[in-house]
Amino acid sequence: MRTIYFDNNATTQVAPEVFEEIRPYFCQLYGNPSSMHNFGGQVGVKIRQAREKVAKLLGCEPGEVIFTGCGTESDNTAIAGTLSARPNRRKIITSRIEHPAVLSVCRQLESHGYEVIEIGVDSKGRLDFDEFEQQVDDETAIVTIMYANNETGVIFPVERIAELCREKDVVFHTDAVQAIGKIPINLSESNIDLLSLSGHKLHAPKGIGVLFVRKGTRLTSFILGGHQEGGRRAGTENVPGIIGLGKAAELAMQNFDEENNKVKRLRDKLESSILKSCPDSRLNGDVDNRLPNTSNISFEYIEGEAILLLLDKYGICASSGSACTSGSLEPSHVLRAMGVPFTAAHGSIRFSLSRYNTEEEVDFTIEKMPGIINRLRELSPFVTKPV
Amino acid sequence: MWEYTDKVKDHFFNPRNVGEIEEPDGVGEVGSLACGDALKLTFKLDKNGRIKDAKFKTFGCASAIATSSVLTEIIKGMTIEEAAKVTNKDIAEYLGGLPEQKMHCSVMGREALEAAIENYRGEGAKKHELEGKVVCNCFGVTDKEIERVIIENDLRTVEEVTNYCKAGGGCGGCKGEIEKIIKRIQGDKIKEPREPAKHHSRDLRNIEKMQLIQQTINEQIRPALRAHGGNIELIDVEGSKVIVAFRGMCAQCKLTEFTMKDVVEAKLREFVAEDLLVEEDKDSANEPHHHRA
Repeated sequence: MRTIYFDNNATTQVAPEVFEEIRPYFCQLYGNPSSMHNFGGQVGVKIRQAREKVAKLLGCEPGEVIFTGCGTESDNTAIAGTLSARPNRRKIITSRIEHPAVLSVCRQLESHGYEVIEIGVDSKGRLDFDEFEQQVDDETAIVTIMYANNETGVIFPVERIAELCREKDVVFHTDAVQAIGKIPINLSESNIDLLSLSGHKLHAPKGIGVLFVRKGTRLTSFILGGHQEGGRRAGTENVPGIIGLGKAAELAMQNFDEENNKVKRLRDKLESSILKSCPDSRLNGDVDNRLPNTSNISFEYIEGEAILLLLDKYGICASSGSACTSGSLEPSHVLRAMGVPFTAAHGSIRFSLSRYNTEEEVDFTIEKMPGIINRLRELSPFVTKPV
Repeated sequence: MWEYTDKVKDHFFNPRNVGEIEEPDGVGEVGSLACGDALKLTFKLDKNGRIKDAKFKTFGCASAIATSSVLTEIIKGMTIEEAAKVTNKDIAEYLGGLPEQKMHCSVMGREALEAAIENYRGEGAKKHELEGKVVCNCFGVTDKEIERVIIENDLRTVEEVTNYCKAGGGCGGCKGEIEKIIKRIQGDKIKEPREPAKHHSRDLRNIEKMQLIQQTINEQIRPALRAHGGNIELIDVEGSKVIVAFRGMCAQCKLTEFTMKDVVEAKLREFVAEDLLVEEDKDSANEPHHHRA
């Protein structure tokens, strides 16, 4: 059975071009870039080129790009490194709908005596900017707020946030794992101090991330050891990962407009058709300010895991914010923060597309969806009218 | 991805006996939309008093649907007396087992069956009457219900109880009480908790003890309380007496005396010293909360 992959916010296919690019770096060009001999040194050159490509995608200087092990490491480093560089400030501002890579760190810091403010969102998942404005003060060490949300795709006004932080001399970090590669960004015209990205969300392999650190931003190193990454992140480089991310960044730039138009069109088609053909379904998140690839739809009276398993039967991959899929007993913290009723949160499905999806895949899913939803509604004790 | 048995998958993809029997002899409804699963069971008897037909409607995940489907198959042909003896374990076993975290689905099946039998016997409304005192407010689970899953499934830990009936899976505020119920029922059967770190309890200097208490509160206790809008502050340590104050939601919570103190005490005994006693400082309960303690 073929796989229809609509779970690209979880991870993406490695682009074939990326795979070709990194293939030699396992069995042939396996040298250590730190070595003195040319065999290793030639790898160092490739790493420099990859750094330049990533810098170009971000609109920053190559020296501002630090390669890390993953997005989570970038987030952890940004927060912990800033706090330890600014020991006199004891307040952290974040949002209620951050990824656990940020939220768990903040909550742990809270138990160590930091004051942590979690800014709320409205029913469309938009940040309460007024609350944020009131909270930023000269006690604040760091503001860490995501660029775009992984579950709904809603984009936050990070540039406005960054500007305010700059005024108050507060470091601003943004987890841009879901945004990079999907929407253009230019850090040279931005006030963002720190930014995290993850390779496997933009068709590079897993196990490679980046932390952008703006020149002049004080950050204490998190992983200590050798002199790699200018001493800011020790550990022998993940050479294939770095080279692969460089290639993926290049591809993302080449494909921005065309891919995003195509992906967005497919997403819109999938979304509007499902909302039309499945009664009692609703869209979660701000329609006007979203990533072009993400759609989060709630189906009332039925439960997300059951929907996913029926989709899986057709080879369709998606994800859900229901309690059952996470192994916890409560549904997604993002949907709850938005005030989505439990009834709808339990039945939420996220479709996230990529440039590898086709019209035919979208049509197939549109065709199968009503049957799946009706089938579960027939089982549901909360549906009394015939479906 | 959950690892479901073939039998679970079969009953999820091809559920048996879906629907509602008209003019049923027994109706049982449990669960709710908010809880994430709900089941309505109806059955009809033949003239010999055996269950002739049973049907279900279920809102929930794959294992909830499979459990309901299999339940209708199990009880068909049974007398009411026989059906009343069906346990959640029987249901899970019939499916070749369920993932630990999904065991509550089998309990929901048994509850619905019980409610339907009660309804048939005219003992109550078709809504399952809650028996006992509510322990877990998040999911509305009573002490009787918790006792029952512990006994029927020989459960030994709070985590297991959460897997089987959801109690303790929301804010976690009732975990202390669940632990007490487990202790009461299982008694000696519970393995002695890990040897409390002896190097701690042996000869802690005062300053070490205080630091450890503070550290334990910071790392082990506060995060759980923060999760539902509460907080705790260490006020003082006098010998083996630890004086704390509860803040935020915890301060107004009527259950404070009963659960929070127990959780705090259990954690402090586990990580610091066996002889510690926790007392609540009532005087400071109304003071504003200081973030930078």
